[in-house]
Amino acid sequence: MLMQFMLLFSRQGKLRLQKWYVPLSDKEKKKITRELVQTVLARKPKMCSFLEWRDLKIVYKRYASLYFCCAIEDQDNELITLEIIHRYVELLDKYFGSVCELDIIFNFEKAYFILDEFLLGGEAQETSKKNVLKAIEQADLLQEVN
Amino acid sequence: MPAVSKGDGMRGLAVFISDIRNCKSKEAEIKRINKELANIRSKFKGDKALDGYSKKKYVCKLLFIFLLGHDIDFGHMEAVNLLSSNKYTEKQIGYLFISVLVNSNSDLIRLINNAIKNDLSSRNPTFMNLALHCIANVGSREMAEAFAADVPRILVAGDTMDSVKQSAALCLLRLNRTSPDLIPMGEWTSRVVHLLNDQHLGVVTAATSLIITLAQKNPDDFKTSVSLAVARLSRIVTSASTDLQDYTYYFVAAPWLSVKLLRLLQCYPPPEDAAIRGRLTECLETILNKAQEPPKSKKVQHSNAKNAVLFEAISLIIHHDSEPTLLVRACNQLGQFLQHRETNLRYLALESMCTLASSEFSHEAVKTHIETVINALKTERDVSVRQRAVDLLYAMCDRSNAKQIVAEMLSYLETADYSIREEIVLKVAILAEKYAVEYTWYVDTILNLIRIAGDYVSEEVWYRVIQIVINRDDVQGYAAKTVFEALQAPACHENLVKVGGYILGEFGNLIAGDPRSSPLIQFNLLHSKFHLCSVPTRALLLSAYVKFINLFPEVKGTIQEVLRSDSQLRNADVELQQRAVEYLRLSCIASTDILATVLEEMPPFPERESSILAKLKKKKGSGTVSDVEDTRKERNTNVNGSTDHTTATTNTKPSPSSFVSDLLAAAPPPTNRPRPVPSSSILHMPLSPLSPQAYAVHSAAPLTPFYQVTSSPSSDLLGLGNSSAVNSGSPPAASNAASLLVDVFSESLPVAPLGTASAPIIEENFSRFVCKNNGVLYENQLLQIGLKSEFRQNLGRMYVFYGNKTSTQFLNFSASVVCHEPLNAQLNVHTKTADPVVDGGAQLQQILNIECLSDFVEAPVLNINFRYGGSVQNIAVRLPVTLNKFFQPTEMMSQDFFQRWKQLSDPQQEVQKIFKAKHSMDTEITKAKIIGFGTALLDGVDPNPSNFVGAGVIHTKTIQVGCLLRLEPNTQAQMYRLTLRTSRGSVSQRLCDLLSEQF
Repeated sequence: MLMQFMLLFSRQGKLRLQKWYVPLSDKEKKKITRELVQTVLARKPKMCSFLEWRDLKIVYKRYASLYFCCAIEDQDNELITLEIIHRYVELLDKYFGSVCELDIIFNFEKAYFILDEFLLGGEAQETSKKNVLKAIEQADLLQEVN
Repeated sequence: MPAVSKGDGMRGLAVFISDIRNCKSKEAEIKRINKELANIRSKFKGDKALDGYSKKKYVCKLLFIFLLGHDIDFGHMEAVNLLSSNKYTEKQIGYLFISVLVNSNSDLIRLINNAIKNDLSSRNPTFMNLALHCIANVGSREMAEAFAADVPRILVAGDTMDSVKQSAALCLLRLNRTSPDLIPMGEWTSRVVHLLNDQHLGVVTAATSLIITLAQKNPDDFKTSVSLAVARLSRIVTSASTDLQDYTYYFVAAPWLSVKLLRLLQCYPPPEDAAIRGRLTECLETILNKAQEPPKSKKVQHSNAKNAVLFEAISLIIHHDSEPTLLVRACNQLGQFLQHRETNLRYLALESMCTLASSEFSHEAVKTHIETVINALKTERDVSVRQRAVDLLYAMCDRSNAKQIVAEMLSYLETADYSIREEIVLKVAILAEKYAVEYTWYVDTILNLIRIAGDYVSEEVWYRVIQIVINRDDVQGYAAKTVFEALQAPACHENLVKVGGYILGEFGNLIAGDPRSSPLIQFNLLHSKFHLCSVPTRALLLSAYVKFINLFPEVKGTIQEVLRSDSQLRNADVELQQRAVEYLRLSCIASTDILATVLEEMPPFPERESSILAKLKKKKGSGTVSDVEDTRKERNTNVNGSTDHTTATTNTKPSPSSFVSDLLAAAPPPTNRPRPVPSSSILHMPLSPLSPQAYAVHSAAPLTPFYQVTSSPSSDLLGLGNSSAVNSGSPPAASNAASLLVDVFSESLPVAPLGTASAPIIEENFSRFVCKNNGVLYENQLLQIGLKSEFRQNLGRMYVFYGNKTSTQFLNFSASVVCHEPLNAQLNVHTKTADPVVDGGAQLQQILNIECLSDFVEAPVLNINFRYGGSVQNIAVRLPVTLNKFFQPTEMMSQDFFQRWKQLSDPQQEVQKIFKAKHSMDTEITKAKIIGFGTALLDGVDPNPSNFVGAGVIHTKTIQVGCLLRLEPNTQAQMYRLTLRTSRGSVSQRLCDLLSEQF
């Protein structure tokens, strides 16, 4: 179930968050991003959320103005990946309170911290919403104490 | 500015981000960024020491700039400084920067590792987690080296907090992926397995991922995880939806963990322990049952999570490939999804069915959905779904539905998306060849392919049709007629001109009798296309013309005139010019005989892997199509494997990768034409559908281009580059029984006489003696031949009893044993001369002493001659001296068996055959037969009690060959799968052939 990477980008094709779970050069990352953003944005709304791309499977879903897009390996489970995306959206939503694209732009570091608590090395680390948020809140608490 | 700013926000950062967002143009943005970079640089270089907050703010800005897509080449040092800050928020930003912008600068890595080390030993779980996240995110070798010992220790330490365990597990997973050699297995391994029992589901979830990765690499070390995983899974699927509290996701109990557990189980064969196996089957059934229950929520998340588990369960069922009921249920479930309103489910159902199609148990069930799949091909609006439908049709294709599927694919091709046309063309070409019963259909299909999608027909496809036509006498006339007709179209694709030119050049004579396709008409037709074609095609046409000169002397003048024209002789293209000059000269100076020799019909091509299949594999990479084939292949080598469902084929796998190619490799053609001669004789080298380059002129010698075979890479696609087996005169490797085309054409092959004995050799009772030693070998109205034999090690003694059933004497009675080449070098049979007279009603006994020198295939022949009444009787009976007679049974324990089984994993050593039961599938009879065959019957070795496992050693004078066998009955399908592994491929093959006839 190794997720290779996760990309968040807007309808205009602006990259909002990128997380790579496999070592790639910056050049490769940019190329992949460019290609994928183009491919996904070209797809129509009712189309299926999965597509084959190179030797990977792409799972994506659009939430409001943002596309969440994950690359998984051939034997990996598409539907559970779709729900990984959803759970991450739920976490963001709960943390920011009705999350919108701007929250992620201005607090990109938080978006990364939440993702790290949820997924690590491309695998689900903690799927309980409560536990993830608890960890983030504890960290926030530490910040305030300092 | 958004209202939210939890923790302590960085105002400077927010202002900067706002500035960037307000930039009206890319230039403005770059300007603003450069200004900021200059500012940060001066701050970092400034004399005034920066406080932690400022450092954090600037590092964060750099990070933001980097994420916008700009390069950042400084700030790493400041980020590293932040790591050792005692303020959490600064540390956190430092780690984030390092994680995102890894730099393999060794000085920095050392500093980073130091900071991580400090945090790991801080005993503060939040700090430890940050450090572990950083290792997992960077995952570099240097980090693996530094923390290979620490991370496992933290993972299994009794006092580690749950959340740290979770991070440590996945951190270890990442390190294991990047540098497996640096992560030694140790006593921690067994403790990791027991994390599956942990009370905290988050720990179990993280640990399961780690165990999957480790188990894939060291299955034996993690075997114990199977029972734990089954137990865990069972508890999850039977739990009430509220039991698992926050791990229940939209009324589905722990979907992520369930999927991972099911995935872990796919690293192993079905559990050996019957109780565990039963429990797992229950789980899988429960999951299948739940799919039929009404949904507990209308939310798509509910159905997605539920179906994610279902699809993973189906993957496991397919992986085990041993429970027909489950496989068929899975297939039915997927069948429902094929018509679901959710596009995602339709897509996945098509994808999953592809793998089901490769199981012998469910192939037929998959086939019942053919109409739905064809409909999907026609009506799905999403190209990726249509592509899955194409894949599935390809996977479910077999001889029974090939015509329908190929027709549907062809008609889809007319409107198919450009992106997938080439792949469909390849698939159609492969299916047409693989399942061609009539080669006329094959030729029609390929020509249609060129007509519909000529641009997407790669060279491999048209090369292949030519190879096949050249190699099959029976289709040549039809092919000539068909291309002739196809060429009538005013606009035809250049690929058709190539095929047409080639085929008419070779076989135009076959249709020249019809005045509508007289030689001149054929020539004019081809030549009418000439000027529209590219240089390589024109070159090919010139070669066809000179072949015409040989085939049809009556058009010689016309063709010479064409060759002589300025547009040819002075063509600007050197290749065309040279051909025209040389062909013209050749036709002028060579005698008819020489012409006939030089321009003789092409010899058959050596049969090798279909170049099309190679192309499809290359094109798809690890894509779905080859996947289906690969899965079959892998499963074949797997103890739990499945094999091709279409025919009961025997595979002597020459190499794992050529399993598929065997399926396509054609048999040596039934032709009287000479096989290709050694390459020293240039005359027979192809005027070929090699690559155009193969026509290239490489030397000044006249005629060279005609016969030149370049070693260009593309010529290798045809396998002519290294067809040494054929060229050296030895029988081609492709002549193994696995070839489908052998199956197709074996009827038309003349059956070679098996021996030189004048009487036909009788072998009707031969196979009855494979598993027993005594009985009646032959009987007619005059004579009965009985046998009694005993074998020990590599020696045997056979008592042959000749019973005279008449009341008259047999005179001049003689009985001798003949071993033909190569058997005479493998087996010594010493016969005592028999008495020349057998009285009426009497019985004569003859003793044969047998010595096995090396392994052998053929059996000796017993020739009997005598006079009865006025006539001489001649009887030849094949003597049941078979290789298995020299077996010594070997008892062994399960562990030894599997160890040896693994040692014999070379593809040549294994032969497998799937066949239909000819007798009732009675366990006791089967056991008796296996014992009779000579091996020990091993109890309790195979995890599946209904399977049979045997072991023995074949003794010959020169070598001893250890043999393992496994027979898997499938009573439902009335099929068996027999697998033989021995250290010699020829022995495996022979034993498999012998034993498979017994059931």
